Amino acid sequence: MNTEIIFTIAGIGILISILGIVLKQAQKEEQAQMLTLAGVVVVLILVVQLLSQLFTVVRTVFNL
Amino acid sequence: MEIAQIVGLGLVATVFLLIIRQEKPVLAVVLSLAFAAVIFLFVADKISTIVGVITELSHRAEVNYFFLGTVLKILGIAYLAEFGAAICRDSGEGAVAKKVEFGAKIIIAVLALPIMIAILESLMEIMPR
Repeated sequence: MNTEIIFTIAGIGILISILGIVLKQAQKEEQAQMLTLAGVVVVLILVVQLLSQLFTVVRTVFNL
Repeated sequence: MEIAQIVGLGLVATVFLLIIRQEKPVLAVVLSLAFAAVIFLFVADKISTIVGVITELSHRAEVNYFFLGTVLKILGIAYLAEFGAAICRDSGEGAVAKKVEFGAKIIIAVLALPIMIAILESLMEIMPR
């Protein structure tokens, strides 16, 4: 069971929320937006790979 | 003790989700997606064993493999649709979830048509004229 990806995503999420709070406190709302966007893209790339693996497995298991 | 792994991972993921959802709901959605995928990949080889046993039994009973294949395909489509729809519904997009389910229902109906026709034909053979 590769649980690393869950912890990776959770870590990125917590890191980004904390950095976002810091940037907002420093009156840098635009950078905070950009940070959120970058984080979402990074996490999405990780998850899309996992999902493609999942779809392949489902297709082979159920002969879709 | 694989169930302990699954339950533990579920609890950990729930705690992470609660923390992340307050600040970044988008990342929470992605995390729950990843969790669902990890759990399915974890049990995928077991599902494949079950499917193999059922296929073997149907071979021994000399059931037409076409019907079993259709049932398996419908199972896969239903699983995938439920997977997507649950994620959409969790994120508050109930309308999108409904559309995903609708699409899955139509595809399942198309797949089930040959079986329906086979049932009707055997019924017509049994019935006296």
